[in-house]
This record gives sequence, structure tokens and C-alpha cells, in this order.
Amino acid sequence: MAKQIFTLNVNGRDHEVYTEPNQSLLEVVRDELRLTGAKEGCGTGDCGACTVLVDGRIVTSCLVLAPDAAGREITTIEGLADGEKLHPMQQAFIDHGSVQCGFCIPGMILSSVALLEENPAPTRDEIRRGIAGNLCRCTGYRKIVEAIESVAGS
Amino acid sequence: MRRFDYYRAISVDEAIALLNEHGEGGMLLSGGTDLLVQIKEAGLAPAYVVGLSGIDELRELRSNGDGLHIGAGVLMHEVASDGTVQAQYSALCDGAGVVGSRQTRNMATVGGNVCNAAPSADTGPPLSVLDATVHVAGGGGTREVAIDDFWTGPGRTVLDSEVVTHITVPAPPANAGSFYERHTPRQIMDIAAVGTAVYVELDGDGNCSQARIALGAVAPTVVRAPAAEAALSGGPITAARAAEAGRAAAGEATPISDQRGSAEFRTHLVEVMTTRSILHAAERAQG
Repeated sequence: MAKQIFTLNVNGRDHEVYTEPNQSLLEVVRDELRLTGAKEGCGTGDCGACTVLVDGRIVTSCLVLAPDAAGREITTIEGLADGEKLHPMQQAFIDHGSVQCGFCIPGMILSSVALLEENPAPTRDEIRRGIAGNLCRCTGYRKIVEAIESVAGS
Repeated sequence: MRRFDYYRAISVDEAIALLNEHGEGGMLLSGGTDLLVQIKEAGLAPAYVVGLSGIDELRELRSNGDGLHIGAGVLMHEVASDGTVQAQYSALCDGAGVVGSRQTRNMATVGGNVCNAAPSADTGPPLSVLDATVHVAGGGGTREVAIDDFWTGPGRTVLDSEVVTHITVPAPPANAGSFYERHTPRQIMDIAAVGTAVYVELDGDGNCSQARIALGAVAPTVVRAPAAEAALSGGPITAARAAEAGRAAAGEATPISDQRGSAEFRTHLVEVMTTRSILHAAERAQG
């Protein structure tokens, strides 16, 4: 099928993209827009490394067709900081030593930010369930949970 | 991803027209959490795909005294967080609330879950015991199909170049309660090894006047358990009678063995979980 032109709003900016319509949002964000924070882990929505926000809610961008995201507000990890000032969740992950290899962290942080939007004072169990769609093979999750707790409590 | 032609419909009529225009081998895409995985991993090669996510009329979730209207494109998280669904259609809230992960529930739709026709679908047994009706539109007009008649096998439905527009559920009376639970090897992002849904109505004396019990992942489709329903109806819901119904349900399950559990284990789960689900549904019926 021929390539198509459509407009994606990513991190507050409209981008015209020209691509085959069966490309995933993840492929377009990484390969066309060169925003490489979102990662492809499994490609089937299981690992959460490709998590981005669409209209403020987390989705696995490997299972969203890019044309279906036209007209929506997409936020990737690159759009979270305010200029040079990191988002409080990003800073908390640094302060708590929550990052090891880093592959899962962009998705993990977006899931954490969205969790606190939906539930500003989660219990530890709610935090663990809230990030259960994001797999981390390094950390054992403990310092990630502590970072989220510190932002929730501040 | 495997290449396929993709057409985005903006109305149900356009989706039907696209199916008729392009003919055999097309598939409908709703939330993508099943279909795109099957295309990527399971070798599914549709001739073309028609996207439904731009159709506003499929996104409506509303309720009144007659019942609940769930547009086929309503998301799992929208169903699970809806106050009316939580209060009156609790089993459906239980099912929608455990699908996949938070990400999955922000993408997956009720219509997609029903049309994917997995026997393990978490909204399947709840919709079955809540007596849901599937509303279908095609080139020849519209029709209604009882949910228990909608599935014909694993991944198979009665649809024929048609689109599910919405699902309706009759409003339960005040003395009714429903419950769904599932067993999964992992708590999150897993598929039910067994799912059990129970709906009960209690009369003024506390006897069970109506019982509907449905089982997931233990037959080629979601199935009702009529012998278990008969064992429960017409008397009080005690632990002993619930256990008797649970044993009857185990006799009605025909599970296979796979990586989520052996047939023997699943049959045991049906007995235990049906018994427990009956007691939880009765608690909810008592308010």
C-alpha cells in the first residue's frame, strides 16, 4: 500500500510524517521522528518498554498503528522535562538509584507519572500493580517503587 | 511488522462498505492488543485491515433503567472505572479490570475482546451470565445475537462481513449480584487458565431464584454450566450447596492441557472457583 501523509502531535509539536499506514507508532516515533527513548523490547505489548502517553494515558506504542494516533496528543519520555529541568519523577529515579541498564526506564517513568495522575496517593501494592506492565530485568523494582513513593509523598 | 493494506473507517457504514468492496480475507482492527500480536507473532496474514478506532458511534457507554449499552469500541479501563458497571454489572467490572496490564486496558475494547472469541476472554463469562446481546451490522442490515450463540469456536464467531456495533445488558434487579474471577500463573499480563462468572438473584426468603454460571478457558468457547445452575437454583445459597454446584460445574468443563495447566488441574480449579464465585455473587446480591 502506498505511503500516506498524516500529522502526529508529539510532545506538543505537530509533525508531518510520510509512511506506510501499517507502521506502528513506535516505529514512526523512533525511525521517522528520531525520538529513541521509547524502546522495542518484545514488540507484542508484554514488556512495556515502548510505553508512551496518548491523551495522557499509557499505551504500548508497538501495538498502535501510527495513523490511529493522528489527532491525539502523544507524549514520549523526551517531552517530560521542562527544558533543562527534569520532571520530578525523572529526578527521583536518579536520586534513588533506580536505573541500571536503563532500557525499561523511559516506559517505567511514563507509567509512574500516569499512575500518580490517576491515583495521587497510591499504596505500595498499588504502585507495584501500576508498573506491572513494565518489565525490568535489572533492578528487582525496589528502588523504582521507592522513587515513585517519594514523588507521591512530596 | 508484516505489510498489509490499512483503511481507517470513520463510520460503521463505511466499515461495512470497505468489507464489501475489498472482499474476502479482511480483518477488523479495534484496540490492536490481540490482532496486531497475531499478525506479528502468529503468522496471521490478513488481505487487508479495516481500522475502527476512528468511529465515534462505537465509543458510547451509557446506562438507564433498562440496562447497559456498551459501544464495541469502549475501552476496558472505561468499563472497569464506570460507577454503574461497578455497582450493577459487577462481574463485567471484575473481568474488564484484570485484562492484560494498565496499558492493555487503555487500548483493548470490549467489542474486540468478544470478537477475538478466545475461550479465555475475561469479559466473556461475565457477559454470558449477565445475559448480554451482541448487536451486529452488515450489508443486509442489523441483527441481534445472544452472547452464548455468538461464539462458534476458538477465534470463531457468527460474524459474516459484519461489524459488532454494541453490546447491551439488561438491568439486573436490586436483589441480584454477580462476580467473576480467574486463575492465572502470573498475576498481571497473563491469560486465564480458568475463569468463572456467577450471577444470582435472591427471593424474599434468601433463596436463589435465578442462577447463571459461565466458565472460561475450559472448552472451545466460553460455556454455560446448566447442571451447576440447576444445582444452585431453588434453595438457599449455603457453603454446602455452593460446593455441590461447584462439583457439578467441574463435570461440565472439558479443558485441554497446555502450559497454563493440565486438564486435571483446570477441572479442580473449576470446582473451587465456581464454589467461591457463587458465595461472592450471593454476598453482592445481599448488598
